[in-house]
Amino acid sequence: MVSVVTRAGVWLVLLILAVTAAALAADGNFAIHMSIFAIAAFLALWATVRGADYDAIARGILRMPDNSRYDDDPVRWATIATVFWGMAGFAAGLFIALQLAFPALNFEPYLNFGRLRPLHTSAVIFAFGGNALIGTSFYVVQRTCRARLALPGLARFVFWGYQLFIVLAATGYLIGNSQGKEYAEPEWYVDWWLTIVWVCYLLVFGATIIKRSEPHIYVANWFYLAFILTVAMLHVVNNLDVPVSLLGSKSYPLFGGVQGALVQWWYGHNAVGFFLTAGFLAMMYYFVPKQAERPIYSYRLSIIHFWALIFLYIWAGPHHLHYTALPDWAQTLGMVFSVMLWMPSWGGMINGLMTLNGAWDKVRTDPIIRMMVMALAFYGMSTFEGPMMSIKSVNSLSHYTDWTIGHVHSGALGWNGMITFSCIYYLVPRLWSRTRLYSLRMVNWHFWLATIGIVFYAASMWVAGITQGLMWREYGPDGYLVNSFADTVAALHPMFLLRAFGGLLYLAGAVIMVVNVWATIIGKLREEAPMRDAAFDPAADKPILAAAE
Amino acid sequence: MSGSDHSTYELLRQLADSWVLMGMAAIFLVLVVWPFLPGMKRKSDAAATMIFKDENDGQ
Repeated sequence: MVSVVTRAGVWLVLLILAVTAAALAADGNFAIHMSIFAIAAFLALWATVRGADYDAIARGILRMPDNSRYDDDPVRWATIATVFWGMAGFAAGLFIALQLAFPALNFEPYLNFGRLRPLHTSAVIFAFGGNALIGTSFYVVQRTCRARLALPGLARFVFWGYQLFIVLAATGYLIGNSQGKEYAEPEWYVDWWLTIVWVCYLLVFGATIIKRSEPHIYVANWFYLAFILTVAMLHVVNNLDVPVSLLGSKSYPLFGGVQGALVQWWYGHNAVGFFLTAGFLAMMYYFVPKQAERPIYSYRLSIIHFWALIFLYIWAGPHHLHYTALPDWAQTLGMVFSVMLWMPSWGGMINGLMTLNGAWDKVRTDPIIRMMVMALAFYGMSTFEGPMMSIKSVNSLSHYTDWTIGHVHSGALGWNGMITFSCIYYLVPRLWSRTRLYSLRMVNWHFWLATIGIVFYAASMWVAGITQGLMWREYGPDGYLVNSFADTVAALHPMFLLRAFGGLLYLAGAVIMVVNVWATIIGKLREEAPMRDAAFDPAADKPILAAAE
Repeated sequence: MSGSDHSTYELLRQLADSWVLMGMAAIFLVLVVWPFLPGMKRKSDAAATMIFKDENDGQ
């Protein structure tokens, strides 16, 4: 009873604080966000009071968690949230792709490109990717530690608190709240909320590792832990801001000028390195061996992969600031470390792919394995392309062009998207105790739609980026630039259409996933021919009779 | 170091160019060589197959 009262009391205090802050807000946007906070606090209060088992409390029964089972409720919620936010993020992506091709689709001010673009990037990276990471990390850490999740109440807070962060970030972009820092757009109070949630995430994950029954900590947990710790550090340092008013939404960063730019891209590139790479590699190191039913090709290579990634990635950020006011040596340092990163990245890719050594037939017969292999292939391709683009002379052509956009999407759609889809397909039947997925053939359809979508996306952006780069640097004999910026935009129009078509295909594949996951959860099984059968012809299955002379 | 306006920069640059660089390289090499020490092959194989001990773990 005491704990119910305490928790309800905390939510009530937060509710009152949020309502007060909304009433005294210095600007409208802050009032809107404090109202959302208040609604969330009210919902948490309601859930605390309604959810308590008063009968058991009255009879003095202490309800203990069932330690013979893994605690998978937060994993189930995060799986559903991954699918939901994925659809939102992909749809926003398609819409902004169409906005670039058809500017009339910019509906001012709430739905213009400038506000929807961070909505898209945050939805796919932090909402889709973040929920996939939270869900799979809670799943994997329990299985590899052979221990139930520590701090179950806090784990639930992490999930719901993270959803509140997503809602605050997304609504903030639409109403015009932004720090203007790429991938770190949310304002100071949203940053503080995420910091609280993230520390709780670290506590839940760390405490589960500490109470493990297995002596060795499986390598996937190393990657998850590196992801959680490093993202905490990056997020805090890059968001050292001074709010104008404690009751207002505007803030100014502590670092200015080129130092601010370097901190931003130290954050930005390591968000790629530790959020989108280390975290998703953790998924790879557990789910690829499990789905292939073979141990990882080389456990020792996975340890080299881990340490090399950790030691090298953190220095690569300056390659985002080539030919800027950043000191030349710092640019070169960023470039050199980016080129060196190619080695651990390919070591990891080879480790994942070679896990299928001796079982390559599964690529043909198991569409989930096929998705994982395609994810690893795109991990390899984008970690080759990235170091190449970080070389100064290449960067002088590629920087600020659509080539960068293409590169990011071959990594995000190919590597992060595909590995997440395959993990969702692995998890859903197990989490909801179904014998199998609703349909494997729909996974196959998803695979091909997504793959062809990425090909359209990456190919059109290569052409667009190189066209743009060459047109920007073209001088006439009189020494003046030949093309105006608007000329290059007009030249890219067909490529923008092809890119939007690729996005449409990718979104269509994701719609098929939604149907498949939904049907699996409600317990339906589609009757369908298996993906592969050994040939058998009953008509020919008889002895040959000797022909009559 | 000299108390000029750039002392923080000079100090950090001095650290980065000397023993911190050596120290980090040494730590990295130790961590990478560690799994290849004698007897670690068996432990690595045990760790790699550990995830299959609970084949009916999915409830």
